[in-house]
Amino acid sequence: MTGLFSEVFLSALLFGAVTAAIPLLLAGLGEQMSEKAGVLNIGIEGMMLAGAYLGFVGAFYSGSLWLGFLTGAAGGVAVALIMALLCVRIGLNQIVIGIALTLGLEGLTALLHHFQFSRSYPRLPAADATVIPLLSDIPVIGPAFFKHHLIVYLAVALVFAMGYLYRRTQLGLNLQAAGDKPAALDVAGIDVIRTRTIAVLTTGALAGLGGAYLANVGAGLFIPFITNGAGFLGIVLAMLARGRPVWVLFGALLFGVCLSLTTAMQVAGINIPTDIIQMLPFLAVMIMLVLFGRRASLPAALGIPYERGAR
Amino acid sequence: MSGSSSSSVAGRDIVALEGVTKRFPGIVANDSVDLSIRPGEVHVLLGENGAGKSTLIGMLSGLQQPDEGRILVDGKPTPITSPRHALALGIGTVFQHMMLVPTLTVAENLLLGGPWWQRPRTEELAARVAEITSTLGITVKLHAKVSELSLGEQQQVEILRAMVRNSRLLILDESTSMLTPKGIDELGALMRRLVEQGLAIVFITHKLKEAAAFGDRISVLKLGRKVGEIPPERFRALDEQAIISEIVELMFGKQKDDPEAVERPVRTVRAEAAPLLQVTDLAVAPTDNAPGLSSISFDIRPGEILGIAGIDGNGQKQLAEALAGQRAATGGSVRLEGVAIEALSVGERRRRGLRYLTDDRLGEGTVGTFPVSINFFLKQVGAAPFWRGGVEQRGEIDKRAAELVREYDVRTPSLKTPVARLSGGNIQKVLLARELAEGAKVVIFNKPTYGLDLANTLASRQRIRDTAARGLAVLLISTDLEELLSMCDRVAVIANGALVGTVENTDDARTRIGRLMIGLAA
Repeated sequence: MTGLFSEVFLSALLFGAVTAAIPLLLAGLGEQMSEKAGVLNIGIEGMMLAGAYLGFVGAFYSGSLWLGFLTGAAGGVAVALIMALLCVRIGLNQIVIGIALTLGLEGLTALLHHFQFSRSYPRLPAADATVIPLLSDIPVIGPAFFKHHLIVYLAVALVFAMGYLYRRTQLGLNLQAAGDKPAALDVAGIDVIRTRTIAVLTTGALAGLGGAYLANVGAGLFIPFITNGAGFLGIVLAMLARGRPVWVLFGALLFGVCLSLTTAMQVAGINIPTDIIQMLPFLAVMIMLVLFGRRASLPAALGIPYERGAR
Repeated sequence: MSGSSSSSVAGRDIVALEGVTKRFPGIVANDSVDLSIRPGEVHVLLGENGAGKSTLIGMLSGLQQPDEGRILVDGKPTPITSPRHALALGIGTVFQHMMLVPTLTVAENLLLGGPWWQRPRTEELAARVAEITSTLGITVKLHAKVSELSLGEQQQVEILRAMVRNSRLLILDESTSMLTPKGIDELGALMRRLVEQGLAIVFITHKLKEAAAFGDRISVLKLGRKVGEIPPERFRALDEQAIISEIVELMFGKQKDDPEAVERPVRTVRAEAAPLLQVTDLAVAPTDNAPGLSSISFDIRPGEILGIAGIDGNGQKQLAEALAGQRAATGGSVRLEGVAIEALSVGERRRRGLRYLTDDRLGEGTVGTFPVSINFFLKQVGAAPFWRGGVEQRGEIDKRAAELVREYDVRTPSLKTPVARLSGGNIQKVLLARELAEGAKVVIFNKPTYGLDLANTLASRQRIRDTAARGLAVLLISTDLEELLSMCDRVAVIANGALVGTVENTDDARTRIGRLMIGLAA
């Protein structure tokens, strides 16, 4: 038991929490934008998988993590394009298409990976950390929070950028109007379809990036179904955050701690069945839903395709 | 009417419709309509519900495209392809149904539509709004959330928005239906100022007096067709009464008089009868943007109609909801037949005979997707004989619903039709049937004729009179002073959540109520 409370252990636990939180954060921020604009994006799990696969492939062949993030984001956008076409432009059911995209991408990425790498799981070299001077010297906290890949800091900065976008910009107003009263946006002279398309594609890019981070930095390799529900956790985060990006961050960190705990407790060899430990993150979801679920508020037009002049 | 400055620009159409036809599945909404809209003119579009006014507006504002015919802008055939296009052409519309985002503030709603890369120009807007509101004579809470404003206040914001956008053609779709008499007069004066500056206005209403008072040119629509037009030359030659009777001739082809003017039958309310409803010092705490109620006291005797007059948003809805039990009161007592009910639940108050007809017919009044039949019994779900052991008794429901449909003259294709597909007037009939059903003793009507056409307005008013005649106590909340004067025995005036005075409905009631409404003692 002494291992549990040592400095090294704690700082590794928190480091792992951040690593686990970043894909959730990116997915949650993406889903939040999509939901704000009135599109319930259940396909986000599929977008993350596309991002994880293409991100890994990009990084594996180019040797550059950054190129991997780029291809990962592009993969997410590619899936989001399908979603935007079918659900925003044509107005098909967002839930059905979302589920179809997720299932489709699960199969497709597993298949492609199998063709390419057969049963081998090549690894990427460990990601370079950007060490923040001074702050990283603080005991426990320093190594846990200030020795991450640069993209981690960028993702956290994105939280505040999003907050600014929603509260202070015209685009933020447009997005919210598209989700709460699309007809009002339309008669104000803004194209609802375009606004929602922008939101869905941004979601795709963020989810793809999250997937790429998960594969390239978090795991260092791609395995089929690697996202393991991270996209769905992102949906939960977005719904509980009531439109506030900073709450997505808190939620992601909380889940990150749980996910990290599962690994850490197994490593520490605590005498609890692994199955119970692995339940932890999902138990946390349920507890959060019970505690905050009733406070979730969703846009009025969420999930409803917009058709001009429809009565 | 129009000054010489406007006659130089007048004479040429800003926008013209030529033979415009629009079909929806099952109906022809507009059938070969011609319309000419000129600068310096208030063009009134008159017509009952379903006459095709809204569709016409939809096409002018770019929401819908005509199936046949064409729209000319500045003399050139121009398909108006989108709302943005309409705005760019200078066509601003205030829609009948609110086009505001409820979760955003008033300021944010006014800013909606700016270039997306820009920061919203809040300061600029505030200055512009201050300038406009000072000429409009209205106050607008820029930082209040729209969802917290009353419907009337929301409408003011919409009018303001069209002004902010410098439209050269302003379309007002039933914009006066939520305004007070004073507000309507102010809007009329404002429209006059605007057309004198060369603006064109299309003003949609089904109030004949407004049409006669504010119009320069009147087009009458009936079942999608334009059945007549009174051009400005003729308009100026006639006095108000002559115009009204000419319009009535066009619309109904029968009566000549103002059909809304109904002689108030003298009812004898027995003064010695014990009040059915006694409200004493009722108070409700204010919320951020809704006024609270304070020291509301009144009695209503059997067979009596007590009116609540006042400018919209002064606590009318709060009063109705507090009485119905939908809003928590912070003090005071409410007695029904002498029994205190202020601690009872909504359902228990209803069972004891207190009924509330909401003004929000589709929102809290009905479940739009449910069939007409079920909507009659929404407040009795689970109760025998319509439900037994938790199971819906379709036969019982349909039998009773069919009776109610007949009795209340609900025009519905079938009992199974989702209630939202009915017109406003028929939805109101469903609500009337439900709330006036067996056991009613006190009925609260909140704006019972808002948004209804003439025929349904008259029918609803008759229904309310009949209710009182049956010996029920009626509380009638309305912003339509004519309505109150034509029906009530007494009228109380509400301002800032308090009753500022009660007036017997005698000959000088109009002026006394008016004085109370603008803050002078009766």
